[in-house]
Amino acid sequence: MFDALASLIVYQWMALDPASRLGSAVHFFVMDTVQIFVMLVVIIYVMGLLRALLSPEKVRDYVRGKPKWLARSSAVTLGAITPFCSCSSVPLFIGFVEAGIPLGVTYSFLIASPMINEVAAVILLGILGWELTLMYIAAGLTVAYVGGMVMERFKPERWVEDYVWNIHMGKMTLPEPDTSLAGRHRYAWSEVKILVGRLWRWVIAGIAVGALFHGYVPEGWVSEHLGGKDNWLAVPGAVLLGIPLYSNATGVIPVAEAMLGKGVAVGTTLAFMMSIAALSLPELIILRKVIKWPGLALFSGVLAVAFMLVGWGFNLLA
Amino acid sequence: MKNIKVLGSGCRNCQTTYELIRKAAEEKGITIQLEKIEDIGQIMGYGVMSTPGVVIDGKVVHAGGVPDRKQVESWLTN
Repeated sequence: MFDALASLIVYQWMALDPASRLGSAVHFFVMDTVQIFVMLVVIIYVMGLLRALLSPEKVRDYVRGKPKWLARSSAVTLGAITPFCSCSSVPLFIGFVEAGIPLGVTYSFLIASPMINEVAAVILLGILGWELTLMYIAAGLTVAYVGGMVMERFKPERWVEDYVWNIHMGKMTLPEPDTSLAGRHRYAWSEVKILVGRLWRWVIAGIAVGALFHGYVPEGWVSEHLGGKDNWLAVPGAVLLGIPLYSNATGVIPVAEAMLGKGVAVGTTLAFMMSIAALSLPELIILRKVIKWPGLALFSGVLAVAFMLVGWGFNLLA
Repeated sequence: MKNIKVLGSGCRNCQTTYELIRKAAEEKGITIQLEKIEDIGQIMGYGVMSTPGVVIDGKVVHAGGVPDRKQVESWLTN
């Protein structure tokens, strides 16, 4: 449906040649823009109606006081189903510390949260199919679970900024949400506005990069440098390239779509997606407010190694 | 006179919320004492983790997003 619509707009109305590079890039751009934005609005609206969007306060209440394995599993799961903005990382971190939640569990949450969320998962499903969605989610959950455990081994408490330990959180009871249909609609619509407002730049940038890749990068070059399983360096290359680049989990999907379409190996693509979504300079700079540099360096190192293992693993399996 | 605090560490939505309340009060001709709280320790002191949050006379009435116009007006009038 989206394909046909994009063909109509690009090849009929704009009269671009389907065989040309420009034509195929513009077609990719139009198709993905329409599809992703329609899906974004629908998914967020439905979730808003069901009031399925969890607040960080609720997550904290769920996780606190649980035995460690259960705390970690719920932290990873809740991190995966909540599309939090990276600007909430600092209050989340402090709130978790203050609730006495072990730091390793908090790290698990910090890894899962930007990498996986239900909105991105549904869009991933719509654009790249269930197999890749499953691989991405399973790998992401595993990295978050194990990554937090590894961090814990290094006693990361010593790298938490001192003032964090002194913050005392007050108790608050939020007013009961309005559960009438009109109230739910208002809430759902405001969530759509907030989330789309926050995401659209990243998504457009992702689609633009994907479209350029799709239209202009020659297939032969890709299969020679990024396709083969024998090219071990492609995976660390993808992870390193992903660190200074940042986009959210939704924005990387069109880039991955274009990469896979040109024959980039699955593991390499997954490693690149994870590195872009979960490991980024802006995120590290935000976390610097609560974690000292050595802690951040270790965090990045653990994640980079984990993403490489994911990449190599899936390339071997494929 | 109501004391209204907007909690938020300087993100754009926090600024929007602050302006929304200021304008609404101005249009209704209601004088309020409006403050911005940017210190993370103080914000967390109210139990708020998701900003922007709004506190009226010491009580948290809203957290996690820009409130809608109707909500703001109801805070001002009752």
